[in-house]
Amino acid sequence: MLENYRDVAPHGTVELLRQLGRRVEGKSLVHINSTRYGGGVAEMLHRLLPLFEELGIKVRWEVMTGSDLFYRATKSFHNALQGTRQRITPEMYDAYIECNRDNAKRLNLDAEFAMIHDPQPAALIDARPHGATWVWRCHIDVSTPQHSVWQFLHPFVLRYDAAVFSLPKFSQRLPLPQFLVYPSIDPFSDKNRELGPDGIDRVLQRLGVPRDKPILLQVSRFDRFKDPVGVVAAYRLVKKSHDCRLVLAGGTATDDPEGAEVLAEVQEAVGTDPDVHILLLPPTANLEINALQRAATIIYQNPLGRDLG
Amino acid sequence: MSNRSATMPFRFVSCMELREVLGKRAMDEQRLLELIEEVPDDSIYYHTHSYFLRHAYTQQLYSNDFATWVVLYAQDRVLGERLGVLDPFDFSDIEQLRDEILRIMADHLNHSTAVPRCIVSEPFEFIRSHVIEIPLGLETSTLCEFYDALADVEVGAVYNHVCEARMRKRLLSVDFACWLSSEEGLGLQELALNVEQVGRLGLSLEGIRNKILRLCDQELARQRTL
Repeated sequence: MLENYRDVAPHGTVELLRQLGRRVEGKSLVHINSTRYGGGVAEMLHRLLPLFEELGIKVRWEVMTGSDLFYRATKSFHNALQGTRQRITPEMYDAYIECNRDNAKRLNLDAEFAMIHDPQPAALIDARPHGATWVWRCHIDVSTPQHSVWQFLHPFVLRYDAAVFSLPKFSQRLPLPQFLVYPSIDPFSDKNRELGPDGIDRVLQRLGVPRDKPILLQVSRFDRFKDPVGVVAAYRLVKKSHDCRLVLAGGTATDDPEGAEVLAEVQEAVGTDPDVHILLLPPTANLEINALQRAATIIYQNPLGRDLG
Repeated sequence: MSNRSATMPFRFVSCMELREVLGKRAMDEQRLLELIEEVPDDSIYYHTHSYFLRHAYTQQLYSNDFATWVVLYAQDRVLGERLGVLDPFDFSDIEQLRDEILRIMADHLNHSTAVPRCIVSEPFEFIRSHVIEIPLGLETSTLCEFYDALADVEVGAVYNHVCEARMRKRLLSVDFACWLSSEEGLGLQELALNVEQVGRLGLSLEGIRNKILRLCDQELARQRTL
C-alpha cells in the first residue's frame, strides 16, 4: 500500500518512511476515539492504520461506546471548548466520568503507546497501564474554551506525556510537550482520488443533482459550527445575480446527537426551493463527496469554530 | 579520475522535524523582541533554519519567519526587509544570530514612533524543532554514484547535509564538501569549495540540490574530457 504513494509523494519519501519504520518496528500502538464511522478522526484512522501496519507497527483501534447522555455531554464539551457557551449539568459531567470508567474496563488498553483522540476518551488516562506512553491528540481548537469545561478536562490532560494539536493557535498553555501535526489528506482515498467526467456525471445523476447550473457546495456534518444556515443565506445573496444550485451534503457521526436538530433548522431555512439539495449521506459516501466537489463551481467551508477534524 | 572510489563512502542521512509549540505568542513587535530574547536556541533555529524544510520546493520571499510575520501581519515592510536579508548560515552559532536579530529589531523600534501591532488576529507563535536523523542505508563511493544518489534522495537529506551540518553539528563545512575534498573521500578540492559556497539565501532545498548537481555535472564533464 505504501508503494502506491511513490508517484505522488515527494521523491524518496517512501524509502524514508520505511527507514523510520525500522526504528519502531514491533512496537505496539493503540488509537482510541469515540466513533468508527463519521467525522474526520474516523476517516483518518481508516486510512492510516494499514500504513502503520505495513511499517511493522502493531497497531490497534479501540472505539469507546456510551450512553445518550454521554454523547450529549461530549457534544456540549466539543462546542464549549471551541468557545460557544454551553450549559453543562453535573449529570453530564458524571456521565462523562462514568462512561470513561466503563470503557476503561471494556477496552483493551494494553500497548506501549496510546493515542487518545479528542476530549471524549481523555479521562481514560486514569486507567493507563504502567509504563505506557500516552499522547492526547486534540483535533479541535481549544485556545478559547468555556472556562468551566476546560477546568474539568484540564486535570486529565495534564497527566498525558504529550499533546498534539493541528495548529499552534489551537493549543493551550500546558506544562507538557505540545507537538504539531498539520492537517493532511490522502490522495488515494475515495474522497480524493481522480475521477473522470463520466464518473462524476454518474454519481450526480444517482444523487439527483442536475448539472444545468453552477453548483455551490458545502460538505460537512449538520453541525452548528459548520453554519449550514449561514451557507443558505449566502446562496440566496448569490442567487440574486447568478442562477445556481446549492448542495448541502452532509451526514451525522454516531457521537453527534445535535445533527438531527441542525438538519431540521436547515430544512426550515431552505423551504421549498427546488434549486437547493440537502443530501444526507452515510459516513462511507466518500465517492459521492469526491464527485460533488469536482462538479462544484464553488465549495464553501464555513466553520464558525476552527475544527479541522 | 571520474572513477576514483572513496575509501570512506558517503552515507546519506535524511531528517524529519518534530515541531513543539512553546505556548509563547507575540501580538506586536516589542513583545516579539522580548520573546526572541528568552526563547530557547531550538526555537530561534526553527524560525530561521528549518524554514527550509517547510518550504522545500518553493522559494519564499523571506527566509525566516520573523521577517515574514512582521511584513504580513504587523505590516512593517521596513523591518521585514532588514530581517529578511539575514543569511542564517553566515553565523557560527545560534546565539550570534539571535543577537543580530535583536540588534536589528531594537534599532528599528528605537527609531519608530509607534510599535507596529498585529493587524489581523495572527500572533507570532513560537515553535521549536526536534530534528530526527534517519539513515537511509544509501552509500556512495564515486562521484557518479554521488550524483545519482543526490538527484534521487529525499529532500530532507539535502537539508541534513547542507543546513544541519553547519549550524547544529558545528562542522566547518557542509557534509558534502567535507567528503568531496577529503583524501578518504574524492579529493576534489575545487568542487568541494564550489559546493561549500552554494548560497542558501533565496533558494529552496530543491534549488540547493539542483545547484550542487550542476556543479557535480560540470566536474564529471571535465573529467570525461581528460
